[in-house]
Amino acid sequence: MTTTEHTESAVHAGAPLRPASGHSIFAGRQEGIPVVFEKSVKGRRAGKLPALDVPTVDLDEIIPAGERRQELPLPELSELDVVRHFTRLSKRNYSIESEFYPLGSCTMKYNPKIDENVAALPGFRNLHPLQPASTVQGALQVIHDIQRQLAEITGLPGVSTQPVAGAHGELTGILMVRAAHLKQGRMRRKVLIPDSAHGTNPATAAMAGYESITIGHDRITGELDFEDFKSKLDDDCAAIMITLPNTLGLFERRIEEICRLAHEVGCFVYCDGANLNALVGQIRPGDLGVDLLHVNLHKTFAVPHGGGGPGGGAICVAAALEPFLPAPLVVQAPDGSFAYDADRPDSIGRVHSYQGNFNAILRSYAYILQLGKEGLGDLGANAVLNANYMRALLADDFSFYVDRICMHEFVLDGRPFKEFGVRTLDIAKRLIDHGYHPPTIYFPLIAPEAIMIEPTETESKETMDAFANALIAVAHEARTTPSVVQNAPHMTPVGRLDEVRAARQPDLRWQAPVS
Amino acid sequence: MSNPTDCRYTREHEWVRKDGDTYVVGITHYAQDSLGDVVFVELPEVGASISEGASFGVVESVKAASDLYAPLSGEIVEVNERLRDEPDLVNHHPYDAGWMLRVRGSAGASLDGLMDADAYAVYLETVH
Amino acid sequence: MSGFISTTPAQRDAMLSRIGVSTIDQLFEDLPSEHYRPDLDLPAGLSELETWQLLRKLSETNFDLERHPSFLGAGAYRHFVPAAIGHLISRGEFLTSYTPYQPEVSQGTLQAVYEWQSIVCALTGMDISNASVYDAGTGTGEAARMACALTRRRRVLVLDTVNPRYREVLATYASGPDIDVETVSAFTAWPDGTLGRVTDFSSKIDDSVACMIIQQPNFLGWMEQVEGLSEALASVGAILVVIADPVSLGVIRPPGAYGAGIVVGEGKWTGGPVDFGGPLVGMFACRKDFVRQMPGRIVGSTIDGDGRKGYVLTLATREQHIRREKATSNICTAEALIALATTIYFCHLGPVGLREVAEQSIQKAHYLASRISQLPGYTVQSTVPWLYEFPVHCPKPASHVNEALLRAGIIGGYDLGLEDPRLAHSLLLCCTEVTPRSDIDRLVDVLGSL
Repeated sequence: MTTTEHTESAVHAGAPLRPASGHSIFAGRQEGIPVVFEKSVKGRRAGKLPALDVPTVDLDEIIPAGERRQELPLPELSELDVVRHFTRLSKRNYSIESEFYPLGSCTMKYNPKIDENVAALPGFRNLHPLQPASTVQGALQVIHDIQRQLAEITGLPGVSTQPVAGAHGELTGILMVRAAHLKQGRMRRKVLIPDSAHGTNPATAAMAGYESITIGHDRITGELDFEDFKSKLDDDCAAIMITLPNTLGLFERRIEEICRLAHEVGCFVYCDGANLNALVGQIRPGDLGVDLLHVNLHKTFAVPHGGGGPGGGAICVAAALEPFLPAPLVVQAPDGSFAYDADRPDSIGRVHSYQGNFNAILRSYAYILQLGKEGLGDLGANAVLNANYMRALLADDFSFYVDRICMHEFVLDGRPFKEFGVRTLDIAKRLIDHGYHPPTIYFPLIAPEAIMIEPTETESKETMDAFANALIAVAHEARTTPSVVQNAPHMTPVGRLDEVRAARQPDLRWQAPVS
Repeated sequence: MSNPTDCRYTREHEWVRKDGDTYVVGITHYAQDSLGDVVFVELPEVGASISEGASFGVVESVKAASDLYAPLSGEIVEVNERLRDEPDLVNHHPYDAGWMLRVRGSAGASLDGLMDADAYAVYLETVH
Repeated sequence: MSGFISTTPAQRDAMLSRIGVSTIDQLFEDLPSEHYRPDLDLPAGLSELETWQLLRKLSETNFDLERHPSFLGAGAYRHFVPAAIGHLISRGEFLTSYTPYQPEVSQGTLQAVYEWQSIVCALTGMDISNASVYDAGTGTGEAARMACALTRRRRVLVLDTVNPRYREVLATYASGPDIDVETVSAFTAWPDGTLGRVTDFSSKIDDSVACMIIQQPNFLGWMEQVEGLSEALASVGAILVVIADPVSLGVIRPPGAYGAGIVVGEGKWTGGPVDFGGPLVGMFACRKDFVRQMPGRIVGSTIDGDGRKGYVLTLATREQHIRREKATSNICTAEALIALATTIYFCHLGPVGLREVAEQSIQKAHYLASRISQLPGYTVQSTVPWLYEFPVHCPKPASHVNEALLRAGIIGGYDLGLEDPRLAHSLLLCCTEVTPRSDIDRLVDVLGSL
């Protein structure tokens, strides 16, 4: 028996690699950029420090000889070398500031520039996290105020902005659930998780010491299988983790009933806030009976994603869970001043070295201040409007995993293209040639060959029209000239990369060639 | 590829072959084919015991990780060390060079509950 | 419509009509109507000008450390950040890109992460690094979980000279999986105000221990005695976890040289301002044979169909989106932009620049210590090798000293009494290359006048 590795590079005769319509982000294949270490020239350096202004002691008297470092294999470069290298690297990236990012579940909205300026203010940046509270009143006010804002937006009064990522907020929340049950004297063992959930939910439950129990979904409505939920819910369930809207982009219409039944057996309802963008200004999870929710500040409240962090993962909880919030908490004293409250005996403790991603919190704070009450209402409304408009544009050429009005995102079914030998991955890669970052693919896991699209509220009708046309053009190519699609992308600096080789022969760092 | 007639098969697509007084265990052609290019095989240590139906290791492709389930109970007397550097043996030679464990069956260990090649072929039809 | 939405009313109507509804409300019919469109108790939105004015004013109420002498370290250090870094990481292509799931359009971020991993390995002397974790605190928690998974044990030793905040995060991370964390005393406080270092932990090390966590230099600024430690741990199958300070690695030997199995470090201070403690970036490195238990994203180099070199996220089967409840961690992001800043910092400084930063910090701190030791009533409490931070025993409680310093416009040191009642008179002071001699002399003058 032989395995056939896909190495075909021939392209369908006559089919253009560069799409006639649309635009390309990259000009095509490019030479690789050497690893920064390969640019090193012995003796070269960038910058220098002022001459030492204090009397010196021989370093050998300070550090024992055996503890001194002998060699330090860092690159030696001029500042121009450094600036050129990283500028060149940046040009191999797709980004929201140049193009549309329709990534489902990721909420890649525009990040206003004023937020960058606010985050760069020296009076915020040059603050030591352990300075006396009296010297950082402005910073503490930002943290205090955004906690109040998030409480109002989610309907959950207890807020901590200490968690620094969505998954970190989840862990914080589920550890709070654990602490609350322990306080009542009984450790429960299970956490219920729908099969449409992000992988972080079961991983989080496991980190908090729980067993995950999977709940199915209804193939027609796309919502959680209510009967399955009821049959698995019992008084050994610590929490149900539910995403709202769910990862198919659908609102769980029985959410209030789910909360009521869970509460009857003392089970908390944890809402994964990954999809909060649909709900902002439209409904408050706390009003529905949800007990805890984390907010991905970087998604909903516009913190640039930085190529994979930093973000923010504030946790918002119902009053009954407030005592368990991470400590310390920023509070306002009766005299109006702001302080740390570390005297919280039921707290789960600290989840971050300091007060979370303050510089990200600042951006979200500025964003919420600018939106205000009306803007927050427009946010959710337009996120949902845009998704449904995009959905309508694609309805003639694609089928949907669940065919109904969606919230902020929806899932296309890539299976019809299989008959042409084209898979969802191929469609995604070919979209790149048309100038677009692909949507989220193969998620949620319950939807085979999923293509998940979230336009966000900040994209214009023109952008969405152009994207829909590109996706429809790719669908047409898949049917008529599938090999162009199967071998895409053609217009990027590199072609599809050999991930099997990367995993079998891991090369995870640069090493000096042996001379 | 036909499944060897000297093996017995589990519903989770492991095979087991009696070899003298020990048993050899691996995964089937169907299993490796659905997994795709195998990049890593995590196996227990020699001397560890495994119990029928319980997970004894993991086989990984780039985008998937699958648990391996023991077809019988017993003590591991040998693991296929070659898989450490050549995990693709599982893809290319699932029934011989891509074997995973050699097990000394515990008292009363039996392959009677497992499928023979014909039954496994019928089972695969239902899986498709 | 508010400022960041570009849909005009006319376009909205056209879009609704294309959808086949007449109002936006019809898109929300799945929501319980009694809770739909809550009346939020929030003010009206601000213009960009108002936002700027409000927040600039608020920022000015803070005590900006560029404008006040400060000797506060205790885990967060001010170092000079070359201007190139801020400019490079502000490029929209780095700042506003997503996690590099589509490698063909993310080679910039992916190669930068590969370079970060290479630099972390070069600094720490370890084989493998990941793309970073949230911070050194959560990295400590992840390291403990990883060591427990590797050894199949659940007892973790941590020295009490490890940053108390990292120990607090460790305790939180350990509570879920029921890891038993034992704090081991690594210093003694004598009644006369002197401190001593403990170096013999043999009574604590047995075959129930998954790992021992130490910090080098430790929270008091001292060098821990590491000789023989990894060997003692290895003899019972346990792992040495080292929390390293990257600047110190310019002058002291890397943890890989003394047998560390896992190394954690805070990378924020080498490439960014202190930022009120966040965002940070956790360095996380380990031995090659531990890689399958490592949390977080990892980037690897490979080739495309034509043999062209490129970078991808790899070894993903460790992670939550594939392994779900069996994943090594739930972490699914890194602190990529901060890691990029730190990568650029080390490229900019190079080996000579980093050594200079470390040496100047050491020299200034030792100058400060020599001055203070001449003040009546003050005792420098470091009697073992130390680098750029040290505790001083003051004639008054450290909290009083700090208050007096603040009245003189100086952010003093860290009040160690907050961590240990035996150290109520101890102030932890720090200098780096950015501390001018004039600030040091002024501090000494004020201390002398108390």
